[in-house]
This record gives sequence, structure tokens and C-alpha cells, in this order.
Amino acid sequence: MLEDLQEKLQRALKRVTGQGRLTQSNISDTLREIRRVLLDADVNYKVAKQFIEDVKEKALGKEVITSVTPGQLITKIIYDELVKLLGNTGAELKLNPSGITTIMLIGLQGCGKTTFSAKLAKYLKDRKRNVLLVAADVYRPAAIQQLKILGSQINIPVFSIDDCKNPVEIASESLLYAKENGLNTVVIDTAGRLHVDEEMMNEAAAIKAKVKPTETLFVVDSMTGQDAVNSAKAFHEKVEFDGVVATKLDGDSRGGCVLSIKAVVDRPIKFTSLGEKLESIEKFYPDRLASRILGKGDVISLVEKAQSQIEEKEAEELEKKLMSNNFDFNDFLKQIKMIKKMGSLKSLIGMIPGINSAIKNADIDDKQLVKVESIIQSMTKGERQNPKILNGNRRKRIARGSGNSIQDVNRLIKQFEEMRRMMKMFSSKAGKTGMLNLKNFRYN
Amino acid sequence: MKLFKNINFEKLKNGLNKSRENLVNKISEKISGKANLDENELEKLEEILISSDIGVPLTEKLIDEIKKKIVIHKERNITLIRNLLFTEMLKIFKNISTENFTSINSKPFIYLIIGVNGSGKTTTIGKLAYNYKTIGNKVMVVAADTFRAAANEQLEVWAKRVDVPIFKNDAKDPSSVVYDSLEIAKNENYDVVLIDTAGRLHTKKDLMDELSKINSVIGKVIPHAPKETLLVLDATSGQNAIIQAQEFNKIVNIDGLVITKLDGSAKGGIVLQISSEKKIPIKFIGVGEHHTDLQNFEAEQFIKAMFD
Repeated sequence: MLEDLQEKLQRALKRVTGQGRLTQSNISDTLREIRRVLLDADVNYKVAKQFIEDVKEKALGKEVITSVTPGQLITKIIYDELVKLLGNTGAELKLNPSGITTIMLIGLQGCGKTTFSAKLAKYLKDRKRNVLLVAADVYRPAAIQQLKILGSQINIPVFSIDDCKNPVEIASESLLYAKENGLNTVVIDTAGRLHVDEEMMNEAAAIKAKVKPTETLFVVDSMTGQDAVNSAKAFHEKVEFDGVVATKLDGDSRGGCVLSIKAVVDRPIKFTSLGEKLESIEKFYPDRLASRILGKGDVISLVEKAQSQIEEKEAEELEKKLMSNNFDFNDFLKQIKMIKKMGSLKSLIGMIPGINSAIKNADIDDKQLVKVESIIQSMTKGERQNPKILNGNRRKRIARGSGNSIQDVNRLIKQFEEMRRMMKMFSSKAGKTGMLNLKNFRYN
Repeated sequence: MKLFKNINFEKLKNGLNKSRENLVNKISEKISGKANLDENELEKLEEILISSDIGVPLTEKLIDEIKKKIVIHKERNITLIRNLLFTEMLKIFKNISTENFTSINSKPFIYLIIGVNGSGKTTTIGKLAYNYKTIGNKVMVVAADTFRAAANEQLEVWAKRVDVPIFKNDAKDPSSVVYDSLEIAKNENYDVVLIDTAGRLHTKKDLMDELSKINSVIGKVIPHAPKETLLVLDATSGQNAIIQAQEFNKIVNIDGLVITKLDGSAKGGIVLQISSEKKIPIKFIGVGEHHTDLQNFEAEQFIKAMFD
């Protein structure tokens, strides 16, 4: 009961000091800090500002549970929103099941298009596609030669036209070549170009108009700074792209430019590229990049702390539910699932505020949970909601279905009813909370 | 000593002006007509500086300085802010040597060109070779990127384009390529040797060790060789460029920076941070893909180009 009192005092104190809910003032320091973290990670100034504004608006007024600070909670919310913003469902590469799939790569000079086209070609070849690489960079010295060498390393044919200075022609010819040679996937490497170079941008648009790619991917060097939004926007306006590829993530750049691009041009990030080995291509993981942008150190540990505290709060909610009269087998099952998600039963009980120490020290066997779970899972919906209907036949069926003996099933139902009765008793005595009497559920 | 006669300042200006949102337009747009500099204006100033990749720490420092300096002025207008900012930004370059070239007294003079992947090393070498050849030097380029596919061929095209000999062989170890090339340079009386190295991320230990080995080989072939190590940085890079400069500097002493791709819309503000923190001079800037698109870095003009 002492812990319970402490808990209530803490809550009252929070309310008095204004820490009970997220407010402008109790999160402003943290937000300023996070804004700086984002800017240091090369997130565009405007994007960082807008992102923080949006999150703040959503978060203001949220209740802060007793054991976390408003700063911790808002950091956790920012992290979650960051993952949400970076992530995009269906970010798979679009591949035509029949006919030719064409993938065109575009980007600034030196962002890693040629290396990536070889990686992508290999990735697709490993997935049983018949791939053709197309060398359409007619400007950079030896770019075609580079792609040819890479192609030979991975045993993928490279299409090029000697002395042809017209990438539109090369690209369109390559499609005919692919058709004639039974190749169903064409990866086109284009020249690096500056987004302010109108002539070159028109050329990229012309290639796209001619070959009508299944996917156009914008390749960006993850070390890019504030200007990333300008180039991405300009490329998107002129040569609409379907997805983004972030390269050189094997370095130690924080990759904030990827977030900026995602924010200004809402296109999914489809791949990350992490090295010069042609195998080092990966699908994009939003949570990894979010951690990277926020920095691996302090901020993330703050997020983790908040996470664990929030789970503690969930446990508390559960306890409340236990005290209500409507507790049925569905709730029970939910409870078990949550317990399993959170770790061992013993550590969970230790986390519940206000639980008495006798129970904390009790010997609890986690394996029993599995048994209980299997029995409940063999019940029908109606049986779970209304345990009263559990007659002999039903019990027999449940025992068979769950692989337990009929005695096991009987014992669980009996104990469940006993628990419900006890909870009713507790909740009728107003204020007596905190007695999650799991001891009754020792199942042996 | 001005070696480069082809400086076309207009081109740099045009390059920097290509962005519709250049520094001054932004400032004018945001705070013209305001008599006082309040917090709001300062925040806008902050946006402009950070959006140029100047970085949070230096931006804060600059704004603090302006805050301090502005109190003694009665008429706090846009021109004043511009002038104050200009002076503060210029100060960053003040104590750093702005000499682009060390005069070549003993030869061969060796340039070791280093940087991360895709920063523009090979293109810079082509341009440097062109410039040195133009003023009458005997120039050789060395293909010591033994790693990337067709790197040799790329340098070879440049060598042909600007008409200088290239040294290359089939060795897989770049140090051995460098060794052999310097022997020839010594014996055949070359004035300038430009060594192209593989792009490497500063986080790759084995590649950084390789660079260290190249560096020591140079000293072995020609003890006390007159040499400059130039780190090539992409103007579009963000804050990571500072770490790049720092890490490369640990392995080989960096004598200067080359800032490439300044013909895009990136402001190259990262340069200010590196100069302010690391005191490494900026030697050249790249403003295009043509062999004439290399210019001396001149701090005043560089900042002016951002302003005018």
C-alpha cells in the first residue's frame, strides 16, 4: 500500500508542477535539442522545423505517465513519427510479371549510380530475373567501360553503342535488344547531372519519355547536406521518380538528407547501398535510419527508457482491467500475450506498482503461461466471453484441442472463476487496488 | 603568385547565382524594410546560414557576433547586417594562408589527391594537369586508383584530353604504382606529378591504411619531396565533410582543400566550418566538368559571390 501512496503522490505532484501533460513549456527544451540533432544530421532546416511543429501539435496535451518525464515522452513520440515518416508500405520494387521491366537510375554526379546499377542488376539476377545493364552515360570518361567491367564481374550483359552520343537512342535500342535476347529486366545507368543544368535535365526527361520505365529511381549520396531538397525537388519536377536509393551508408554520415527528400518529395526509399562490394545492397529499414538520424547515443537511450516506462504503464492499465467485473477469458488471453511480450512473469510482477512483496518474491513458472494460453486458445469466442457455458462436452473438446488433460482444463476454469470472485471482492472495497493476485494462478 | 590565368569570376558568380534562393535575396526578402533586428529576424538569418550548410555551431557563433556588434549601431537595416555578416565570415579565412600555390623550387612537385567516393578527384586532376601544362610545366598524371572499375581508363581519357602522359600499370597495390611512377618522374625530370587515388570512405580502416602506405612510399622515393596533399570535397556535402577532413588529416597531413561541384545550387557552406575549425586552406574550386572549370579559391570573392 505504501507504494500505492507514493504513486498517487507522484501523480499529484506532477499535476501541480505541470508535468502531468505535455505542454509548450515542459517540452520546449527537449524540442530545441532535437531540432539541433536533426540539423546536425543534415535534415533540411525547413523540414526539421515543420516536422517538429507537426509532432508538437499532435503531442500537446498528451498525458504523461508518472515514471517518464515530458522530455522523454516527446522524444519517444518524435522517434515513432520519424519511423512513420520514413516508412512507406509497398516500397517494393515494381516488377512486371510478364513483358519487360525497365528501371532507370538518375541523380547528381558522384552519387553512386553506376555502382548501384550493377548492385541492383545482381540483386535482380539473384531473384531469377534475366537482367540487361544499359550504359547510357555518354559524358563521363570511361563510364561505359566501368559498367562493362562491373557487368562482367557479375555475369550480366551490358548494352552500349560505340561512338553514340545520344543516350535516348541507346536506351530505346536497349529495349529492342532485351526483347530479342529474352531478357526481361533492363537497368539503365544514366549520366550524373546537376539539377540546375536545364539541357541535361531535359535529356533525362527525354530518356524517360522514350523508354517509359516501370520504375525510375533517384540515387542520392547519404552524405548530402541541405541542398538535397533542391536537387530532389528539381529532379522530381522534371523527371518524376518512383523511389529513392540512399548510397554510401557504410560511412558515418547521419543520413538526414534522406528524411528531407522523403518530406519534400513523397516517394518511398526503396534501397540502401552500403559499400563497394556488389552484394552490399539492402532493403530500406525506416527504424534503422531513424536511429541513425537521432544519433546512436543519448537520444536513443532516452527513447528506450521511455519505451520501457510506457510498457510499465500498460501493465498498470491491465491491472485496472483485472479489477473490473467484465474480465473474461479474452482479457485473460490478452493479458498473457502482453506478459509474454514484456518478458518474464516475475519481472513483470516486479514492475507493477503497488504489488505486495510476498507476491514479488513468489516462485512463478513462466511455462505455465503457455499451457494456460493453449487452453484458452482452444475455446470458442462465445466460451471465452461467457465461461458459464463451459459444460462437460465443451471441456472435453478443449482438452483434446489444446493437448491437455480434462483435469487441467477444469482446474483453469475453477481458478479463473475464483479469481473473478476475488477481484469482485477487491473492487467493491473502494480504493483497495494493487492486489493482482497471480498467486491463485500457479498452475501445478 | 597567380598561376591560373583563366579565372572567370563571372562563372563562379553565375554558378552561385543559379540558385534562385541565394543568400542575399533571402536576406533582403525576409528582413528588408525592418528597422530593428529582433529575434524573428535573427531566426530567419539562422535559417539562411544553416540552409547553406554552415552548420549549427558556426551559425550560432556568427549570429552571436552580429548580436554583439549591432548594439552600437543606430540604423539597423539590411545593409548593416550584410556588412557585419560579410566581415564575420571573412574573418574565418583571415588567419589561413590563401596561397593557392607553393612555387615549385625543387621538382618533381607532387600532388596527392584524396577524398571519398564520387567527390570529383579524377576530374580535378584533369583540370590541374591542364592548368600546369598551360603555364609550361612538364606534367604527369598517375593512375593509383587500382580499385574502382575503369578508374584508369577515366584518367586516361583526361590525360588525352589535356595532352599529358599518364603513368599506369597492372599492379594491384597502389603504393607500388606510386613508387614506379615517382622513379620515372625523378629520372625524366618532371615538374609536376598528380597522383589520383581511389575514393575511400574515412570509416574504412584498411583503405585508410592503404593511403598511409602510399604517403610513406612517396617519402621513401623522394625524401623531403615537395608535396601537397589535397582533399577533394563535394560542395553538396553536409556536416559529414567535417569528419572527413578530420579523419583524412589524421592519416595524411592535408595541405589544402578542393571544393567541387560549386556550379550547382549548393552553397558549399561546409567550407567555412572546416576553415574555421581545422584551419586548412581552400586551394581551388571546381565549377564545371570542362577542363577550364577550375579556379583559385579567393575568400573575399567567394563570400562576395554569395552576397552579390
